[in-house]
Amino acid sequence: MCKKVLEVNSLTAAYGDKPVLWDINIDVPEGIIMGIIGPNGAGKSTFIKSLLGLIKPVAGRVKIYGKPYKSVRKKVAYVPQRESVDWDFPTTVLDVVTMGLYGSIGWIKRPGKKEKQLALNALGKLGMKEYCNRQISKLSGGQQQRTFLARALVQDADLYLMDEPFQGVDALTEKAIINLIKELKNKGKTIIAVHHNLETVVEYFDWVMMLNVKCIALGPCKEVFTEENLAETYSSPEIPCQNIIIENEKSIYKSTKSALLRGEKI
Amino acid sequence: MISPQFEIQLIAVVTSLACTLAGTFLVLRKMAMMSDAISHSILAGIAIAFLYTKDIHSPLLIVAATATGLVTVFLVEILKNTNLVSEDSAIGLVFTSLFSVGVIIISKYARNVHLDTDAVLLGEIAFAPFRRFYIGNIDLGPKSLYIMTAILIVNILFISLFYKELKISAFDPGLAFVLGFSPGIVHYGLMTVVSITAIGAFDTVGSILVVALMVVPPLTAYLLTDKLKFMILISAILGILSGILGYQAAHLLDVSISGSMATVSGIMFFLAFIISPQKGIIAAFRQYKKVKTSS
Amino acid sequence: MIGYLLSIFQDYTLRTVLLGSGILGITSGILGTFTLLRKQSLLGDAVSHSALPGIAIAFLLTKSSSPVVLLSGALIFGWVSSLCMMFIVKYSKIKYDGALGIVLSVFFGFGLVMLSVVQKLPNSRQAGLNKFLFGQAATLLKEDIITMGILSGIALIITFVFWKEFKLLVFNPEFGYTIGLPMKKIDILLTCLIVVAIVTGLQTVGVVLMSAMLIAPASAGRQWTDRLEIMAALAGFFGAVSGITGTLISSKTPNMPTGPVIVLISFALFAFSLLFAPKRGIISRLISAHKNNLTFKNNLKTTIRR
Repeated sequence: MCKKVLEVNSLTAAYGDKPVLWDINIDVPEGIIMGIIGPNGAGKSTFIKSLLGLIKPVAGRVKIYGKPYKSVRKKVAYVPQRESVDWDFPTTVLDVVTMGLYGSIGWIKRPGKKEKQLALNALGKLGMKEYCNRQISKLSGGQQQRTFLARALVQDADLYLMDEPFQGVDALTEKAIINLIKELKNKGKTIIAVHHNLETVVEYFDWVMMLNVKCIALGPCKEVFTEENLAETYSSPEIPCQNIIIENEKSIYKSTKSALLRGEKI
Repeated sequence: MISPQFEIQLIAVVTSLACTLAGTFLVLRKMAMMSDAISHSILAGIAIAFLYTKDIHSPLLIVAATATGLVTVFLVEILKNTNLVSEDSAIGLVFTSLFSVGVIIISKYARNVHLDTDAVLLGEIAFAPFRRFYIGNIDLGPKSLYIMTAILIVNILFISLFYKELKISAFDPGLAFVLGFSPGIVHYGLMTVVSITAIGAFDTVGSILVVALMVVPPLTAYLLTDKLKFMILISAILGILSGILGYQAAHLLDVSISGSMATVSGIMFFLAFIISPQKGIIAAFRQYKKVKTSS
Repeated sequence: MIGYLLSIFQDYTLRTVLLGSGILGITSGILGTFTLLRKQSLLGDAVSHSALPGIAIAFLLTKSSSPVVLLSGALIFGWVSSLCMMFIVKYSKIKYDGALGIVLSVFFGFGLVMLSVVQKLPNSRQAGLNKFLFGQAATLLKEDIITMGILSGIALIITFVFWKEFKLLVFNPEFGYTIGLPMKKIDILLTCLIVVAIVTGLQTVGVVLMSAMLIAPASAGRQWTDRLEIMAALAGFFGAVSGITGTLISSKTPNMPTGPVIVLISFALFAFSLLFAPKRGIISRLISAHKNNLTFKNNLKTTIRR
């Protein structure tokens, strides 16, 4: 009976001949909070980016509310990882949040009073109203995250895709974020977030997707978040990030080791 | 009668304004070296167009040069997308190859023409007052002034129309894409502006000053302010100062005008670097002392 | 064929230039490998432009255009400029690309000022300076080659002596710190050597094109292997081939400047490597992508059927 917010068929993504996502087939119902977990290099960020079209998959199809992303842009809000922007950029908190409305304003036109008010409201929800004119270089990690969330909130979307929203934030901010997410869910919105802290999975999320290049498990936490599934998700070896580093580190190790063995001072 | 000196400074001011405007967003997108790349690679376009038209004053040269600027950006993107070459390597490979093509064509086929690598690299604004713009018999002033003013107007229009698009694609290109702003349009739009500005300024101030004006005043302003609008304003003022002070110094000391302007902009950068309240060296030392005394 | 080769070796000027280009190729290839891996490819562009004031000032101070003098000036300013870049990146919010642009344009602009002072002097020796700006390889003299050779030789020897340390610097500096190596000093040493490589090549290819010699041979070498030693050897080889071939072609063609030809050949070698290198190369990737697609599709079909 529930509408499907996400339908993914055979989604496969690769860098060169290294698969990052392999044959993902999932359906996600509307109105839940879902967490994506998995080891480093498992493809969690890549998965989110594939949904948005930021990464072109090698194979497969993604449908959001039954349509490709481009047609439902206005219904989806994206919260990228904090490191994805340069926080030295000369702009204010209010300005960043207003950027979330650029899509609805369209090309060339300027944001006006209405947009400013919407942005202030969103900041208010995240407890950041008094920081609205602060330069973003002067924000703490938690404040940066709240700014990003306000930017997503202002879009009044139905689906929120978040990449590591709880990474490196203080406890107070984490509480504020999870409260916001739960409030959104009560309004019937859907939230999908990449998460890294296994201890809080059951507390924060209704559903969980356990990803390690392949989708190991997907479903309500109570059913799916088991020891067995966790073991399988975290068992596969990490994908080496760069052949070149591994190769050269091996030879560094070899020559250092043999020097040490010979009693040389390095 | 307006003196040549005044005309030269006027041209310098207009050129600085056009360059700093284009350069601010280039610098915010961490693509400062693209100014260097484009100003060198357009030599290939000019050379090829010259081969075709045999006319140094043909407008085709400008069109070809602009096209080459875009081709440069395009080739860099292609190389980057192979994932086998880093962005800076790609830039270096493309512009040096195109420049080489340009130099070879000129050396082989255009030996005795004004189009000379010296001029291309170094430019000489002192000659600008002697190339006049005539309608019928009326001398309306130096040609370069009109060209640069037109370019300045184009730049101002571009920046004001697409201000928010430029801002968001510099700050968060991922979000820009996701919201529906094709990053390609903004990117190539900005690069077209940069190319046109480089070409217009080429003849008068040479490619190095183009790079200096596009990069140094904006980065100096970047050190002095946190607000984007002020950054644009301050870099414009610094650009104008570089132009006028640079010219005065060159006149006084009888040295290269372009070189002098670039040096002045560098001196201003150096000053800002030292004194900048939050980001400069003095602030860093103060912080260091604070930590030392408190521990 | 043999007659042709003999004629080359008997032509004194050509021999000199060939030697110069060869040295340039090897040195910039090997040291370029390090800049490439450290994502500092455009350092060559900035340093070569920054050398100009050094050359002009050295001439002004000594009134001599001997290569030793001019190169020393170039070395000093090249080194100072790389220090400036490090300073800017370390002590301000400006990133590497901005630092490169600032140093490149300001130093070169200052160099133009100095050059204009030189040009006012009634000294006919100034022609030697143009060699550096525009790289007139054909005017290389024996003393130029000797200077280049000695400097490059020293640079290469030091590179080989410190190979392990440089390798560590590029791939795993943290490990170097932990085993007590002075990584900062090693960093400065490597930068010095790169400055030497750049400055010695200026006479052959000129300011603008010198950066190509640090980038193209190394990028070409990169496509064939992941091992540093092989990469550097290939880069040196490609560099030497570009230098020598370029010189030969331009010497036999009228009105053909040497520098640009060398650069285009090195670019051609790079393009060839990019396309045809096994595993990384584009052609082989297309082939394996095709194979993989078939594999993906086959696997997907079996998955769906399940």
